[in-house]
Amino acid sequence: MLTIRPGTDTSTRRGQLARLIAPDGERLHDSDLDPWVADVFPEQLLSLYEDMVVARRIDTEATALQRQGQLVLWPPLIGQEAAQIGSARALRIDDFVFSSYRENAVAYVRGVTMTDLLRVWRGSQFSGWNPFDVGMATPTVIIGAQTLHAVGYAMGITKDGADAASIAYFGDGATSEGDTNEAMVFAAAYRAPVVFFCQNNQYAISEPVGLQSQKPLADRAPGFGIPSIRVDGNDVLAVLAATRMALEGARTGNGPMFIEAVTYRMGPHTTSDDPTRYREPAELETWKELDAIERTRLLLVSDGVLTAEREALVADRAKAVAKELRDGCLSLRARDPLTIFDDVYAEPPASLTRQRDDYAAYLASFVTGDEEATR
Amino acid sequence: MSQLTLAKAITTGLADALEADDRVVLMGEDIGKLGGVFRVTDGLQARFGEDRVMDTPLSEAGIIGTAVGLAYRGYRPVCELQFDGFVFPGFDQVVAQVAKMRYRTHGQVSMPITIRVPFGGGIGSVEHHSESPEAYFAHTPGLKVVACSNPQDAYTMIRQAVASDDPVVFFEPKRRYWSKGDVIPDVEDAPSLDSARVATSGSDVTLVTYGPLVQTALDAARAAEDDGVSIEVVDLRSLAPLDEEALVASVSKTGRLVIAHEAQRFGGIGAEIAAMITQRCFGSLLAPPLRVTGHDIPYPPSELEDHYLPDVDRMLDAVDRVMGVRV
Repeated sequence: MLTIRPGTDTSTRRGQLARLIAPDGERLHDSDLDPWVADVFPEQLLSLYEDMVVARRIDTEATALQRQGQLVLWPPLIGQEAAQIGSARALRIDDFVFSSYRENAVAYVRGVTMTDLLRVWRGSQFSGWNPFDVGMATPTVIIGAQTLHAVGYAMGITKDGADAASIAYFGDGATSEGDTNEAMVFAAAYRAPVVFFCQNNQYAISEPVGLQSQKPLADRAPGFGIPSIRVDGNDVLAVLAATRMALEGARTGNGPMFIEAVTYRMGPHTTSDDPTRYREPAELETWKELDAIERTRLLLVSDGVLTAEREALVADRAKAVAKELRDGCLSLRARDPLTIFDDVYAEPPASLTRQRDDYAAYLASFVTGDEEATR
Repeated sequence: MSQLTLAKAITTGLADALEADDRVVLMGEDIGKLGGVFRVTDGLQARFGEDRVMDTPLSEAGIIGTAVGLAYRGYRPVCELQFDGFVFPGFDQVVAQVAKMRYRTHGQVSMPITIRVPFGGGIGSVEHHSESPEAYFAHTPGLKVVACSNPQDAYTMIRQAVASDDPVVFFEPKRRYWSKGDVIPDVEDAPSLDSARVATSGSDVTLVTYGPLVQTALDAARAAEDDGVSIEVVDLRSLAPLDEEALVASVSKTGRLVIAHEAQRFGGIGAEIAAMITQRCFGSLLAPPLRVTGHDIPYPPSELEDHYLPDVDRMLDAVDRVMGVRV
């Protein structure tokens, strides 16, 4: 069962779901999607598998760091690895990502370092990386706001005559926001080269997707004049294929496309959340049967690619990234207090400089213990 | 130099900005073929094309939000929000996205976006068409908030706003759109965007205002002359940041302060100026600063708007009070 909320027709959803890897690891065929992954042989699939394993390890490590008091918060993505890795691996370097706050696996694929990934969650900064270095905007916390940014960026691509695309990552909750709907209006009006990538992970904190929509989320887009596809978000190959298809449409002047990746947030909304208050343990068990990593592993084993040695190499890679993450986290130092006054404007106005100076003088008015002792 | 209406001065400024920088794009509702409901963008789409002067769907959040994306891509969007009362659907994108982007990206992402808003009352319009929402924006760090009052400033300030690497909310006094004045289409020697201007010098009272009420204040100053009272009118031009030094210099000279704005009083620009001047000019004040503002009510129906809008008489009444003529 992929959706088990009241008010939704699960059988219809299952029937519409595009899928290339069955939960038991069987390679399925879909005439629409297959051509888009014809170049993905078992070796390439192994690389996608490795990324998913690494993503899960990042998540586990960061959650542990939060529990140890090293991070103020962490939004786990466990369960959504295929949706994020499959879509991000479809992107080119000159494409641009506008994401929400849970797309840590996307950031990993874009080349964000583990240290930079944690700056926000350490409470050090609001932005971990330079967006222009990795082609990924500073994640947006206001739900759905980034969808409009992605559309505007795509409008700029068109004006530049470039063949790049932008992609907006958002969740099922964001589909209720005005911004997301307005983004689809603008994208359709200007045929903007943008991909709307909706990770339907079944929950907006505690609210089931049925509260946002009584119909599959993918069904909304055609009303805006935007074609959509509903794909098994726990199937990395299907997600890769759908995103490649959408990106190619965007690049070739066919305008926007909407992808609903049906997945499941296996963890809490964030480390501050307690999902046992709003969902049954049995539901999680059901979704574990559909896990993205396990089904990919089964396929790779049956293909004879994933030997014990290769599995060990993947584990080593995950371990190395986890170490990088932990070391990076612990290396972060608090910034100078007066830096809170920086970068409000290109040039600070005199009144703000005065406030800064006043506060600096206030801080300087306190004598330290050492200074006291020498008096 | 030529005689232009305030609206046409902005049109000329926008045209020159489009000419000067091919990354400048205009976006808004009805700004293309129609030239905007106030005709401020008249002829610009015909001259620069639909790619640079874009009619948008009817969504203020959409206009500002896509401008953010265009700025990410290196563009310099100029957004028209059709009326003051229509800014609120786009408010989140302005205060949570545009205003904070430089700060939250540690200076890596600039938002050189100009948001044009026709504001203020006095045109006998229906509700949501006569408001003065500037204080909401002035309260938001990261935004520059300005208001022009005359054709020359309208030209130079829109050019400076478009050239600014910081986002600017640009308030246009809609009831003065048709006021004419001399305009030199040149920004080289213009005062900076964040500076106030002494509109007329005086020695007894400093009357500070901005936008549509600058002309009203000048009329009040002329009327006061007949009573032997010398009013210095300061046109703020920039509401955030405030040109504190110009205000301090004027009040240090006159010792009396009256602040006028159409916006309601509570938590408004006048409160900020009164607090700042009381702190910085405490020793030279001869009377408590007074405010002449809209009442703390929603903007009233137009047949009663004269009872809401500060006029010459209400300004002179406040001048009398700070002069000690009346208590």
